[in-house]
Amino acid sequence: MPPPPSLAAALSPAASPEVLAGRGLTKVYRMGEVDVHALRGVDVELREGEMVVLLGPSGSGKSTLLNILGGLDTPTEGTLRHRGAPLHDAGPGELTRYRREHVGFVFQFYNLLPGLTALENVALVTDIAADPFEPEDALALVGLADRLHHFPAQLSGGEQQRVAIARAVAKNPEVLLCDEPTGALDYATGVQVLEVIERVNRELGTTTAVITHNAAVASLADRVLTLADGRLAREDRNATRAAPRDIRW
Amino acid sequence: MPGPALRSKLLRDLVRLRGQALTIALVVACGVSSFVALRSAYASLVASAATYYERQRFADVFARLERAPAAVAERLARVPGVAQVEVRVVEAITVPLAGLAQPAVGTLVSLPDTGTAALNVVHVARGRAPDPERPEEILVLDAFAEAHGLSPGDSLPIVIDGRRRELVIAGTALSPEHVFTVPPGAMSHDPKQIVVAWAPRRAVAAAVRMEGAFNDAAFRLQPGASEPAALTEIDRVLAPYGTMGAVPRARQSSHAVVAGELEQLRSMATFVPFLFAFVAAFLLHVVLSRLVLLQRGQIATLKAVGYEDRAIGWHYAQLVGAIVAVGIALGLGAGAWLGEAMVEMYTGRYFRFPSPSYRLDLGTLGIGVGISLAAAALGAGGAVRQVVRLPPAEAMQPPAPARPRRSVLERLGFGRALGAGALRIAREIERRPVRTLLSTIGISFCVAIAVVAGFWSDATDFMLDVQFHGAMREDVTVTFTRPLPRGVLGELRGLPGVRRAEGLAQAPVRFRVAHRHRDGLLAAHEPSSELRRWLDARGAPLSLPPTGVVLGAKLAEVLGVRVGDVVTIEAKAGERRTAALTVSGLADEAFGLQGHVHPATLTGLIGGEGAVEAALLRVDSAALGEVLARLRAAPWTAAVARPGTVRQQFEEQSGGILRVYTLLLVGFAAVIAVGVVYNDARIALSQRSRDFASLRVLGFTRGEVARMLAAELTVQVVLALPLGLVLGSGLVDALISTVDAETYRLPALISVRTYAFAASITLVAAVASFLLVRRRLDALDLIGVLKTRE
Repeated sequence: MPPPPSLAAALSPAASPEVLAGRGLTKVYRMGEVDVHALRGVDVELREGEMVVLLGPSGSGKSTLLNILGGLDTPTEGTLRHRGAPLHDAGPGELTRYRREHVGFVFQFYNLLPGLTALENVALVTDIAADPFEPEDALALVGLADRLHHFPAQLSGGEQQRVAIARAVAKNPEVLLCDEPTGALDYATGVQVLEVIERVNRELGTTTAVITHNAAVASLADRVLTLADGRLAREDRNATRAAPRDIRW
Repeated sequence: MPGPALRSKLLRDLVRLRGQALTIALVVACGVSSFVALRSAYASLVASAATYYERQRFADVFARLERAPAAVAERLARVPGVAQVEVRVVEAITVPLAGLAQPAVGTLVSLPDTGTAALNVVHVARGRAPDPERPEEILVLDAFAEAHGLSPGDSLPIVIDGRRRELVIAGTALSPEHVFTVPPGAMSHDPKQIVVAWAPRRAVAAAVRMEGAFNDAAFRLQPGASEPAALTEIDRVLAPYGTMGAVPRARQSSHAVVAGELEQLRSMATFVPFLFAFVAAFLLHVVLSRLVLLQRGQIATLKAVGYEDRAIGWHYAQLVGAIVAVGIALGLGAGAWLGEAMVEMYTGRYFRFPSPSYRLDLGTLGIGVGISLAAAALGAGGAVRQVVRLPPAEAMQPPAPARPRRSVLERLGFGRALGAGALRIAREIERRPVRTLLSTIGISFCVAIAVVAGFWSDATDFMLDVQFHGAMREDVTVTFTRPLPRGVLGELRGLPGVRRAEGLAQAPVRFRVAHRHRDGLLAAHEPSSELRRWLDARGAPLSLPPTGVVLGAKLAEVLGVRVGDVVTIEAKAGERRTAALTVSGLADEAFGLQGHVHPATLTGLIGGEGAVEAALLRVDSAALGEVLARLRAAPWTAAVARPGTVRQQFEEQSGGILRVYTLLLVGFAAVIAVGVVYNDARIALSQRSRDFASLRVLGFTRGEVARMLAAELTVQVVLALPLGLVLGSGLVDALISTVDAETYRLPALISVRTYAFAASITLVAAVASFLLVRRRLDALDLIGVLKTRE
C-alpha cells in the first residue's frame, strides 16, 4: 500500500516538485511618510499536493505573503517562480492569467457577489476557466447541492464560505490559497469548512495554503510556517495530519 | 469575454439600482428629446420652407411703388444680377364679413391673365384658379377661408378703393409670401383678420385703374449675384415711380418671421441639450463613483479569480450603457413625438405650407445619441478607470476611512453656537466638499431652467406693458386705407365722445451714419402728443424736438450714435429727400428699428402736405361703442384697433404656446432636481446606513434620523437657490442673445415672482425625491445592516 501523500512529503521533502518558490520576498508599503515593511526577505516554497498552514499574529505579514503567492500583488524585492517561470516581475496581464488559470482563493469574508446566486457565483469562475468542473459538481463537493439558487444573504456564514470554496476549486486550480477561512465562523461551522478544504487537498491533490492565527488549525498541515514581524520565524513538519473534527479551539 | 454569470450581475445591479438608473435615464431622455425635437422641428421646417419656396419660385427681392408703366418691367429685367422679374398690381382691401367686429384687412394681388406667374406662384389648395373671363372670381388665402368656414363657390364682400363688391371664391390658395401673416396694427397672428385675395390682372387693374401699369415687382436674382448692388440698381430704376425701396427676402415680412423663429429653434437646439448632457454626466459620475466604492470588494474578487481589468471595466461600462440606452430610447421616442407636435403646431397655427412634412433624419438621431454617449463617457469614464486601475490586493481592503476632524466652523469657534446636529452636518459636508458642490450645481440647474420657464411670461408681460401702457396710450387706433389730409382729424374730433385725436404718419427711410446704415420707419407724431409717449432708459418721458429726431435705443446702438450726434435720413418714399438730423433722445422700445420726428420734419423729407395715415383717439368710455361703429362704417377706415383688445388677443394666442413651453421646461427642471436630490439621498443612505441604523438602535426615532439626512440635503438646496438664480439670469442672457435684437428686444428682467416660482419648483421636486428615499430609511433593517461588514 503506497504511503499517503502527506507522509511521502514528510519523509522525502525534495520528492514532490515545487509549484511556487519565493526567495527573499520583501514588501514595503509607503504609508504617508513612513515605510512599512510587511515582509522582510521570506524564503518559501509550496510543493505539489501538500497542505501548508501559515501561522502568525496580526501584522506578521501572512496576508501580504499570500497575496504575493496568489498573484494579487508583487514583491518589492525578491523572486517568485511558478514552476520555474518568474512571477515577481510579471505585468498585470500576466498576473491575471496566472490567477485565472492556476489559483483558487478563499477569503475570510467569503467575498461572494451579493447579487448572484450560489450557482452563479461559482459560474463566475467556470465561465472564464480553461478546464473547469461543472458549477453544480463543485457545489455538491462542498455539500451544497440543494442550495444552488440561494443568494448569499439567504445562506449561513458557513454555507457562504463553502460556496466560496466551491468557487475556488471549480476551476480545478493548481493552488488553493485560503486567507483565514474560518476567521468569521463559529467552531462547528469552522470545522465543516476545514473538512471541505482538507477533502479538496486530499481528493483532488490541490496544493493548499491556509492562513490562520489559530494555532489549532496547524495540526491539519503537512508543514507549518510561522511568520513574525515580516520574517519566517520557524518551519515545522507534522509527521501526521490531524483530521479537522479532531481539533479543538 | 465575460460569461453569463457576469451578465446576471449586470441585470441584478440594474434592478437593484432601478430608482437611480431611472432618474438618470430620465435626465438623459430630457436631453435627447429636447435636442431631437428642436433639431428635427428645425430641419423639417427649413426643408418644408425650402421645398415650398423652390417649387413656388419665391422671389429674392421685393419692391413696392406707386405706379410705373408696364414697359419699366423690361428695364428691371436688365438690372445686372436680376434673373427674372414679375410685376403685379397690388391693392389694399378690407373684407367686412358679418360676425367680425372689424373688417379683415389685407391685399388683392394680381395673377397673370394667362399662364402662371414667373415668381411667387400661388398654390391652389381647394377649388381652382379664377377664370380670367369671369372678373368676379377670386382665390382667397386658405387660412382665412378656413378660419371663416368659407368654401369655393361662397361669395365674399370686398372693399376695394372704398367700393364694396361681392366676389366669388373660386378656390383657396397658399403663397410663399404669406407663410406667416400679421395684420397691420396687431402684434398677433389672427387668421380671421388678415386676408389675401388673388384675381386675374385685368380684373384687378380695372378695379384700381392700373391698366398698363404696375405697382409691385418681385425679382429672382442670378446665383452669385450681389444682392446689395441689385437692390441699389432696382431702387434707382424705380425712383421716378415712387418706390418705397426694394427689400431683400430676409426682410420680406412673412419670411423674416419664419427665419427668425427658425433661427431661435436652431440656437435652442444647440444650447439646451448641453445643459442636460452636463447634468447627466454629473449624475453618472456621482452614482457610478459611489457604486465603485460600494463594490470595491466585488471588483477585487473578480480580479482575484482572474477576470481581466478590461472585462471588469467593460462590465461597468455596460451598466452605464444600459442606463443611457434607456434614456436614449425614451428620449428618441419622446423627441420624435414632440418634434412632430411642434411642426404640427407651427404649420397648423402659424406657418402655412401646402404639404408640411415632419422628417427625422439619421443625422439628428446620430448626434442625439452621440451627445448622450459623450456625456456618459465623461461622467462614467473616471469611475470606470478607477475600476480598471484598482490593484486587486488593495481592493480587498475596505477603503481607508476619512479621518474625522473638526470642521472649519468648529475651529473658528462657532462649535458651541451651532449645536451637535448642525456640527454633524457641517462635518459631513466638509468631508465630501466636491460632492456637495457638484450636487449644489446640479440642483442649481433645476432652478435656472425654472427661471427660464418663468422668464418667457415676464418678458412678454414686460413688452406688452411697455407697448400698451407706456407707449400706446390711446383708446382707439384708426388706420386709413390711404394717407388722408389732416382735416380728417378735425372730423374725428367732431365725433361725439372723442376727446382727442392725434395724427400719425410714417415713411420708410434709411438711417445712415458714415458707412453704417439701417432701413426702418420714420414716424411723425403731434408735437405735443399725449397719446404716444417715448421713455428713455431711465423711464423718463422724451419730448419730440421741432427739428431733431428721437431714435430707438437699439437703432442708435447699431448706428453708433449718442444724443447730440447727427444722423442722415434718406426718405424712400414721396420726394425722397435727405436730411441730417440731430439725435435729441433715445427711446427704449421693444420692437423694430425706428425714429420719431415732428410732422414738419417728415413733410420736409417726403414732401406733400403732411397727410396722416392713422389717427389715435381718446374716447369717453360711455361713447366708445358708438364711436367704434361710426369708424367702422367710414369708407376710409382700413382697421380699427383697441390696444387693450390687441393685448388680450396676443395673450390668448401666445398664451397657449407659452403654457406648453413653460410646462415642458418645468418638467425638465423637475427631472433634474429629482435626479440630483434622489441620487444624492440614495447615496447618502447607502454610505451611511450603518450610522443611521446604529442611531436607530441607540433609540433615535425614524423622524429624527430622517431629519438628519434631510438637513444635509437642505443645505445643498439652500446653496443651490442663489446659484441657480444667477445661473438662470445667465441662461436668460444667452437666450436673449439668440433673438434678433433688431426685430424685437426681450428685456433681461426676471421678476420676483419668477424667482419664487423657480425656487418652489425646486423645493417641491427636492421634497418629493426625499420622501421617496425616506421610505427606505424607515424600512432600514437594523440588525441586518449592523451585521454586514463595512
